[in-house]
Amino acid sequence: MTRKYALKDAISRFFINNAVPIIFIIFIAFAIPISGFSGPHLVQELVIRISRDSFLVLSLLLPIMAGMGINFGMVLGAMSGQIAIILVLNWGVPGVGGLFLAMAVATPMAVLLGWLSGVILNKAKGREMVTSMILGFFMSGIYQLIVLYFMGKLIPIHNPILVLSRGYGIRNALSLLTMRVSLDNLIPLKIAGISIPVATYLLIGLLCVFIWWFGKTKLGHDMRAGGQDMGVAEDAGIKVERTRILAIILSTLLACYGQIIFLQNVGTLNTYNGADQTATFAAAALLVGGASVVTASISNVFIGVVLFHLLFLVSPMAGKNLMGSAMIGEYFRVFISYGVIALALALYAWKRLKERERARRSLRGAKEP
Amino acid sequence: MQGITKEYFGNRVLTNVSLDVNRGEILGLVGENGAGKSTLMNILFGMSVIVQTGGYSGKVSIAGKEVNFQNPHDALEAGIGMVHQEFSLIPGFTATENILLNGEILHDNIVTKFFGPRLKTLDLPEMRAIAEKSIELLGVEINPDTLVSEMPIGHKQFTELAREIHRTEMKVLVLDEPTAVLTESEAQVLLTSLRTLAATGIAIIFITHRLQEILDVCDRIVILRDGQVVKEVAARDTEIGQVAELMMGRSVDTKAIATSTYDMQQETVLTVEHLWVDMPGETVRDVTLEVHKGEIFGIGGLAGQGKLGIPNGIMGIYAAGGTVFLHGKPIRLNDPAAALAAGMAFVSEDRRGVGLLMEEPLDWNIAFTAMQVQNKFLRPLLGGLIKWRDDQAIRKVTQEYIEALEIKCVGAEQPAQELSGGNQQKVCLAKAFAVQPDLLFVSEPTRGIDVGAKALVLKALRQYNSENGTTIVMVSSELEELRSICDRIAIIDEGRVAGILPPTATAKEFGMLMIGKLKNPDNKVSHA
Amino acid sequence: MHRLRQFIDRAGWPRIIIGLVLLSLFLIAPSVGVRIDTSLMDTIIRFGMNGVMVLAMIPMVQSGCGLNFGLPLGIIAGLLGATLSIELGITGVAGFAGAIGIAVPLACLFGWGYGALLNHVKGDEMMIATYVGFSSVSFMCIMWMVLPYHNPTMIWGYGGQGLRTTISVDGFWSKILDNSLAIRIGPNFMFPTGTILFFALMAWLMWAFFHTKTGTAMTAAGSNPDYARASGIDVDRMRTISVIVSTVYGAIGILLYEQSYGFISLYNGPFFMALPAVAAILLGGASVNKANITNVVIGTILFQGILTMTPSVINAAMQNDAADVVRLIVSNGMIIYALTRATRKSR
Repeated sequence: MTRKYALKDAISRFFINNAVPIIFIIFIAFAIPISGFSGPHLVQELVIRISRDSFLVLSLLLPIMAGMGINFGMVLGAMSGQIAIILVLNWGVPGVGGLFLAMAVATPMAVLLGWLSGVILNKAKGREMVTSMILGFFMSGIYQLIVLYFMGKLIPIHNPILVLSRGYGIRNALSLLTMRVSLDNLIPLKIAGISIPVATYLLIGLLCVFIWWFGKTKLGHDMRAGGQDMGVAEDAGIKVERTRILAIILSTLLACYGQIIFLQNVGTLNTYNGADQTATFAAAALLVGGASVVTASISNVFIGVVLFHLLFLVSPMAGKNLMGSAMIGEYFRVFISYGVIALALALYAWKRLKERERARRSLRGAKEP
Repeated sequence: MQGITKEYFGNRVLTNVSLDVNRGEILGLVGENGAGKSTLMNILFGMSVIVQTGGYSGKVSIAGKEVNFQNPHDALEAGIGMVHQEFSLIPGFTATENILLNGEILHDNIVTKFFGPRLKTLDLPEMRAIAEKSIELLGVEINPDTLVSEMPIGHKQFTELAREIHRTEMKVLVLDEPTAVLTESEAQVLLTSLRTLAATGIAIIFITHRLQEILDVCDRIVILRDGQVVKEVAARDTEIGQVAELMMGRSVDTKAIATSTYDMQQETVLTVEHLWVDMPGETVRDVTLEVHKGEIFGIGGLAGQGKLGIPNGIMGIYAAGGTVFLHGKPIRLNDPAAALAAGMAFVSEDRRGVGLLMEEPLDWNIAFTAMQVQNKFLRPLLGGLIKWRDDQAIRKVTQEYIEALEIKCVGAEQPAQELSGGNQQKVCLAKAFAVQPDLLFVSEPTRGIDVGAKALVLKALRQYNSENGTTIVMVSSELEELRSICDRIAIIDEGRVAGILPPTATAKEFGMLMIGKLKNPDNKVSHA
Repeated sequence: MHRLRQFIDRAGWPRIIIGLVLLSLFLIAPSVGVRIDTSLMDTIIRFGMNGVMVLAMIPMVQSGCGLNFGLPLGIIAGLLGATLSIELGITGVAGFAGAIGIAVPLACLFGWGYGALLNHVKGDEMMIATYVGFSSVSFMCIMWMVLPYHNPTMIWGYGGQGLRTTISVDGFWSKILDNSLAIRIGPNFMFPTGTILFFALMAWLMWAFFHTKTGTAMTAAGSNPDYARASGIDVDRMRTISVIVSTVYGAIGILLYEQSYGFISLYNGPFFMALPAVAAILLGGASVNKANITNVVIGTILFQGILTMTPSVINAAMQNDAADVVRLIVSNGMIIYALTRATRKSR
């Protein structure tokens, strides 16, 4: 192969491997000026949104490392977090203390649900992503059963603000005034007029360190081995099924804490449907950041969150200025979220087919006289 | 290993086999297909397939102590290592990580006290050092940080070997056809490293069919045939002809050869030139053949040498190249529909994978190819616009074949997966017969079926050939079977035609073709 | 006893459990003030509404493409047909036929593109189908706002832009099949003969298709693609054809649904519509790679039965509205059960 071919090959491979973020950047480059938002405003919004969402997106990393694809079952963790918050509101514990209490209360729930998820996913090897997606929908039903019927009847709720007028079931939207931005403002900091939620970023930083360190442990290494080839890992003595379950448990737990952090920033709990889109948006953000269904790194998380939220911010205004309707901008960004996932999945599947073909052809090449 | 006997479902695979290997010795194990080499090694290595099918009788002792392994991990612990032909490597990991897979060097840290030993951190520098040592011991140059997926095949083989030997306490190493995927120079390096390893005290069992390698590197040779030890010799006392003959069996041919009743013309019906086929495990490199009209042409050879690739390539099931002519007309390769339309049919060796629709009923299986390729069993409706499946016609034809081939089944609607192996094979035959081909390829027609069904299948083939004049090309691992019905037999070795013999040729002649060419022109044995 | 055991094994526990639940709901009904004949009529009407969309699952399952989570693509073709037919102002049977006439070629086009995509992603079809479905619905949300429709019954009033979220088909072809040839038994029961006959026609067409040469080849391609390829069949072509047929049935299915329901639901309406169809066919005994018409009929009856009966009975009994929640739990639970069953190795 001549040098020229190698270069062309490398460039085209770069574009294919990073198609999704590149497309995104192009869109955003157009949309930002159209939307008419100012630089500092965007930066402030981004700072807050990164602090709000990164934890959730980070929780998707471990199952990808373990070869299980995107864990749409992270919503189970998110729902545990929400139930815990409702209970904490009921007990009237305010501020950061309330948040950490919620995390503590939610932990056993999240671990149990994560374990359940892991067991089910192990039975559906090769179809983990679809199964986790449907599992999310299924759990949503159970969650609504609990929140709509059991709370107030079987689970005593004392705080009357929480309950619907009929006497049981939680209201559609709960205000989290007592805890609102309590974590964010724990250590306040303002630089050039932009306020930065330091404590939250510290937590995120801690998680990043944890994930980095985890990759160097035997468990992390085993996860990667099992993720690449379950048969070989199993033959070498690694208990692959148990490792996979652990990956899901950790992911669900992190999603639970992530959702609590998310809610304390938003300030309102959308009781029934709040958790539904969590997985989709987190997955879309991760994929936009250049991750694939089998490889994802911490940098993918942050790049993705920034790009994704930039688009989110500017679409409605850009849509209004361009086509006269903010709604179109809204629909556009929802379309992009789903489209990104569809595109990333298709690209990955297509690449996998090509790679298998290439592997077989190289086998033949080595044997020719 | 002493007095090892093993049965698979009443089929005696090994009878009273005894062999021993000493420290630092390289033992060569040879035998043709089905002689029992793999089974013997599976027993040594504690593979689950042995335990699940009733175990074995006899004793296996390591360093004087009797052992009975229930799974490969036990064998590993006791110091037995095995390098298989299919690599057991993780593609996205480096050589270092693969060599130390699940045997990594770990450090404690504060967290392990709370959460358990799996959270110990890996010590990569230390691991790399150990990997380097193993690689060095083999005498090759591989960068321990290379990803396995980016290595050439030879290096992957060495990485696999390095993984086995790095385990301390390795006492016995078994290698199953390790040079199959290596280039000549790599093979030489491997043989040299084997000698180095032996010198450190490891006992090595080396399974191969390449005579040159056996003579180069082994101290002793054990020849297995039909599950029994036929001979044990020191390598320097042997002559290849002897080995070949012992491997292949009786030099006196006791079976009568059925002469074909069809007047065999010398007209060529199939010409194959420089065929290559990319079939994993059965690669064909360069095959040129001519098959005469009306004959039964046999293709034999040891497993993995390429004989199965030939029909699979011609019928378009695996990627192939070269030229093929049927009745003088060129056949387009890589296109099953073209091969079928030209009048060829194929009974595959892979009954369950390619040969049958396991979940569908018998009649579908038999009628399907004929229906799709030749529009049989279809009723045209609306002036030919719609081709309606004629279930009645299908049922009738199925019934005919059930009777003709004595297929034991509950009825024509029985799903194929419920039949026994032998009856499944008869269904595959019926499927091919239903197409009424000019040329029929049959691959391993009697593999895995009982004796009674075997005879019936061969009889059916012979009958079909004599009644219809169909040319049959039969690929089989069992030389005796080929000798009993074929008019000519080709032997394939290393993806090429080693030679074509009449069925009356001696076992020694067949053995010589199968056992691989010598590098030295004279027949003298030479040690490096 | 042995026969009972055999029946249970073949029917599968989930079906038996749901069947028993449905039976018990029907038995309880009168005691809580719910009329059986109204309930029966509702169940049958809902069967007719949803049946064709469940039929749409069969081709792709049989050809090896898995469950068609991308059904929304066919539904969109149907929606375009319906809205265009109303835009042209055609009423009555002609309007309905017109809608079908526009929807089917569109569905063929969409199905062909969708099929080509699926052929490049073998092994991951279900996941990608889901997201293709979601993306198309979102994309159409934009389209519904932008496309130049003018008919005043469809667009937002007071000079708004784009189509309304729900459009009534009253006055065009509402209940056109339900009411034709209807059989009335007493004041509370009407059998929607027209719809049921239409469903029977569609079912018969599907049955006939699988008895042709192409249909047989399609079944083989899904049962064992290697075998099919070795017999000279172009597996990719079979898959594409199955996707096209499935999409067309989805388009016709939603039109049947709309004529009975009385409304066209745009924007996010079709979003989750694949799931009830998937759950219904799985409930009827289908697996991820084998489905037949019996599965469709049994599954749809059971599924729609539960959906109809649970809210009305539980409402009356406990003053509750658990319909949505029950639907979520039952349908998704069924799908998980099917996904975790071991199937033959696909590679």
